[in-house]
Order: sequence, then C-alpha cells, then structure tokens
Amino acid sequence: MNVSTMEAALLLAGVLFMLGLISVLIRRNVIFMLISVEIMLNAAGLAFIVAGSKWVQPDGQVMFIFILTMAAAEVSVGLALILQIYHQLKTLDSDAASFMKG
Amino acid sequence: MELTFYIAAAVAVLSTIMVITRYNIIHALLYLVVSFLAVATVFFTMGAPFMAALEIIIYAGAIVVLIIFVIMMLNLTQEDVQQEKEWLKPSIWVGPAILSAVLLAELVYVVAAGTPPQPEAVVAVDARLVGLSLFGSYILGVQLSGILLTAGIVGAYHLGRQKKKVIHRFLQERSAAA
Repeated sequence: MNVSTMEAALLLAGVLFMLGLISVLIRRNVIFMLISVEIMLNAAGLAFIVAGSKWVQPDGQVMFIFILTMAAAEVSVGLALILQIYHQLKTLDSDAASFMKG
Repeated sequence: MELTFYIAAAVAVLSTIMVITRYNIIHALLYLVVSFLAVATVFFTMGAPFMAALEIIIYAGAIVVLIIFVIMMLNLTQEDVQQEKEWLKPSIWVGPAILSAVLLAELVYVVAAGTPPQPEAVVAVDARLVGLSLFGSYILGVQLSGILLTAGIVGAYHLGRQKKKVIHRFLQERSAAA
C-alpha cells in the first residue's frame, strides 16, 4: 500500500468520525444520537485497521474486535435505556430527559 | 485495488451524509447499512478480509437489526418525522457543523503535511495471526470483553424489562377515572 492510499484511508476515518460528531451534536432524537455514536465508533475502528495494515501487525484488527464488542454491548444497553425513556416520557426528545428526577 | 478503495470511500462518505440528514429513522438506517458495507469494502482493500466479514455480520447485521426492532416496538408515525424535521432547523445545525468542519480541516492538514512518502505494498494480515494474537498477548482483553458483554446482557435485560403495575380492583376504577 502506498502512502497516499493510507493517508486517504486515515482521512476517510476522520471524515466519518466528524460526520458522526456533527450528527450527535445537532440531533435531538435519542435514536439518531445512538446511530451517530455507532458511526463514530466505526470510524475509530477504521483508523485502527489502517494502522494495522500499515505496520502489517494483527494488533489493529484485535483492537477492532474489541471496539466491535464494545459497540455491541453499548448499543444493547442504549436501546434498553431508550425504551425506558420512551415509556416514561412518551417522547424521544433527549431534552425531555435532562432532569434526573423526571 | 486503489480504485476500489476510492470508490468505496466515496460511497461511505456520501451514505453517511445521507444518514445524518434523513428525517425518517428507517431511511437513515438503510443508508447506514450501505455505509457499513462500503467501510467493509475499505477493510477488504486494506488487507483485513476477516474484519470485513465481521463488519458486515455484526454492524450491518446484528446492530442495525437490533435498532430496527426497537423502532418497531416504539411504533413511530408520520408525526414523528414531521417533528424531526422541525427539530433539525438550519439555525440549529450550522454552528456545530462549522466547528466540526474546522476540526476536520485541522486533521486533514496534520495527515497531509506529516508523513514523508515511502511506498509499500498491501500485505494481508490473515485471521490466523489475529487469532494467535487475540488469544496470546491479548487474552486479558478477551476476558474483559466477556465480562463487558455479560454486564451488557444483564443491564439490557434489567433496563428493558417492563414492570407490571398491579393495581387492586378497587383502585383500578379510580386510576381509570383520573
């Protein structure tokens, strides 16, 4: 792999992460915020894969597996929280859940 | 291989932009699947075919299906799409978008200016090496992942459980009237 492709892959990871960041900042719907977090985690994993490919070491892919595991655990707990918020507040607005004693 | 990479990267960026601009969640999720498939193609061109398979199976398969199931349980309607459209006004998204674009510009500058050119060939790191490393030097991480997944299962069950409200039949009429 020549350097230009690796730079482009790192830039792709950066662009994807930034799109996820923009989305998590501008959205008020909790499900969209969760999806944005998934996009950002995926971009971080892409950066690890690129680094592992650059140095031809398996460590990058091992880190991607850990990120994958973490994303799966995070999305299951997050979706359970979203279900609870929807049943308690009857809305998906994240601002409605800004008070803990709701 | 390079052309494949650039096409997949363009598809990934475009579909992710579509994800973050949709008002309907299901449409956003369909674009998200396309985005994950494109990133899996990028993994393939980077010499990580096993990770490409995992990306498709776990991200595009399991996680997206999980989100779709929850959306089906929430029973959203056209009103929610209208509300989403109302929430996503330009006055709301311009500020964060500009600030994030500045950060991205910095990142582009650092990556583009930093590395000296030294061409190398793509060498695939196959699943055997990954497995040896995973169950060799990273065995502690595997065990911690197991604990994390167990905590995730227990936490999701505990949080997602619907608590049945048992109301005495004398109180039932009063709560129905109130």
